[in-house]
Amino acid sequence: MQKKVYVTGLGAISAIGKSVEEMFLALKAQHACMGGVERFDTLLRHIPVCEVKADNSDLLKMLPHQIDRGKDYSRTCLLGMIAAFQALQGSHSAVPAEKMSIVGATTVAGMDYNERYFRALTEGTANPYWVELLDCADATQQIAKATGIFANITTVTTACSSSANAIIVGARMIRNGLADKVLVGGADALTRFTMNGFNSLQILSPTGCKPFDAHRNGVTLGEGAAYLLLESENTALADDIQCELSGYGSTSDAYHQTSSSPDGEGAVMAIRKALSTAGLTPDCIDCINAHGTGTEVNDLSEGRAIETVFGTKIPPISSTKGYTGHTLAAAGAIEAIISTLSIREKLLFPNIGFENAMPEVAFTPNILLQSADIHHVMSNSFGFGGNNVSLIFSSC
Amino acid sequence: MAAYITSFGVISPYDAASERRAADLCREHDTILRCVEPDYKQLIPPVHLRRMSRILKLGLGAAKICLNKTGNIEPDAILVGTGLACINDLELFMRSMLEHDGQEMSPIPFINSSHNTVAAQISRLLQNHSYNNTYCHRGSSFESALTDALMMINGQEAAQILLGGIDEFSMHYYTLINRINGKRITGEGATFFLLSPEATGSVAEVTAVKTFYQPAGDVVHSFLSENHLSIHDIDTIFVGSNGNEQDDSVYDGLMRELPPETRVAAYKHLCGEYTTSGGFALALAAQALQDGYLPKSCIIRQGTQRPPERVLIFNHYLRQNYSLMLLGKR
Repeated sequence: MQKKVYVTGLGAISAIGKSVEEMFLALKAQHACMGGVERFDTLLRHIPVCEVKADNSDLLKMLPHQIDRGKDYSRTCLLGMIAAFQALQGSHSAVPAEKMSIVGATTVAGMDYNERYFRALTEGTANPYWVELLDCADATQQIAKATGIFANITTVTTACSSSANAIIVGARMIRNGLADKVLVGGADALTRFTMNGFNSLQILSPTGCKPFDAHRNGVTLGEGAAYLLLESENTALADDIQCELSGYGSTSDAYHQTSSSPDGEGAVMAIRKALSTAGLTPDCIDCINAHGTGTEVNDLSEGRAIETVFGTKIPPISSTKGYTGHTLAAAGAIEAIISTLSIREKLLFPNIGFENAMPEVAFTPNILLQSADIHHVMSNSFGFGGNNVSLIFSSC
Repeated sequence: MAAYITSFGVISPYDAASERRAADLCREHDTILRCVEPDYKQLIPPVHLRRMSRILKLGLGAAKICLNKTGNIEPDAILVGTGLACINDLELFMRSMLEHDGQEMSPIPFINSSHNTVAAQISRLLQNHSYNNTYCHRGSSFESALTDALMMINGQEAAQILLGGIDEFSMHYYTLINRINGKRITGEGATFFLLSPEATGSVAEVTAVKTFYQPAGDVVHSFLSENHLSIHDIDTIFVGSNGNEQDDSVYDGLMRELPPETRVAAYKHLCGEYTTSGGFALALAAQALQDGYLPKSCIIRQGTQRPPERVLIFNHYLRQNYSLMLLGKR
């Protein structure tokens, strides 16, 4: 019998709210938050994005007193610390720091400092210590420093499925006895670099993303962070347990560096693996939080993969990218949290932005806010490089 | 948690000519060691090779060297640690973006700058659909990947794991990091291993790994006692001295209290300091366990004359990321 991995804490910040409860209210209100870039200069200002409406000094104010105010933090790091501290509040069990760990995730890291000070750093006219803000480890290490957690902390990065893979690595730490509590999740700020990167791939939606719509025209980028506190059955207090991470699958498409295979082969394998590790059959899944980015390729590939696994009995499907935008490395954890909210509130959240059915698949996404008896939720995350992850959260 | 090293493949700066002490090199000048690269045409199909960035060639090359020794076993997990990932490609896109914001740009450097590029391209080259993950955590990146590998083997989630550590020299990062940390011998490298639960025919056994972020106290003794060992059970310790006085002072405390029979060895004079140098150290230690002796230039203090049987690797990166790896003779 596999050891159980419980979720005892949740923390999140995104364009639709600065906490999990604020985000829940926005989801219920079916409230999208798209607009042009306000926080940095770019000629891509006309393209809709989902920014967190707070500048860095406001974000710093949201952090607890033990955060060193005399230090500079990248926006990714600030977002990550906010979500991580919220998640830690959820658990009341006493676990020593050496039995805790952190698995963070990011793709953007300190790119805001890098793009603003790239030349100054090279020329030696900027604060030389900013070099430590730039890499993927920084946000995780700042969370570690502020919490006293020090053992086996790490950061994973598999593009848009990064924090979903972080959740898997954290679960493994608990199952193998390396830790009793693991903060798992990720953060990514919106930056000029990412905007221009996705623009160079010509997949930014000029109008706002429309997941699983026949006329979908690309991704809407977002920013944010989410952390879950995973806890072992040895330490989790009954009152703290929100749900269980019951299954996971992580596979590789081995198809193309930026594009998913047309039949979603890697996604099919990830979904089947998640089901088998959870000991569930497809008909047990009550709803799917899809990756659903709104690109032509992803939604077709994911839609076909879901049909391959679920056949004609397809559970309600929603992509919540219409609310939060695509938050890249944070997306897997943000959507994991939305999945746990579906279990807690017994609610299906609508796939906003949808109008017309895709001709290639037989299903349409769920467009109504509705009550449902939800026990098992599947959350999919697929990344560049073909890193496909499917997670299953179950009620306890 | 333990696993056996079936084989490994290394692309590093190490050749006979570079077998000198790190401290000596560092006194001479500000040394940068670059990889001695193989003829990639023997390892990677030319159609792929043409469009590959250097870090991809290093990574795929070392992975192929490792797998070729096993008769091309199909891995059921591919894990890659990389501290700075595709930093040179990132810099390329950054320079282009700073000049051409909002305009049409070539997406190639952006695609190549994704941190998971090496692991993802190994999957693609091998047409391998298994678990594929990239650990990007400064000086603990390789050891994090190894931790996940040992957990997967322990939990019977995988039985043939391709594990790698890779970082490429970046002049930009080198300039920035030296400004705050002073000189050290700098390097790069790609090291790949095939790990399995099967002892037969293996090179050595990895019995434990742990990483620490800015630990408060002594980590070596607590790590050994967690593994039911004492310092007297270890015949050989590899330390990560890199010629930087501050960095090397971390090892002083342990050195002072070591039993006289403990053999002490260094390795960064062969590969230089880089975020995943732990991969190189693991390969070197595994080779020493198989051969029954260490390369002469590695030995700082002879201690015992007996062949190595139980080896500890103690490394840190910029006094932030500490790591310990424990190996045994097969």
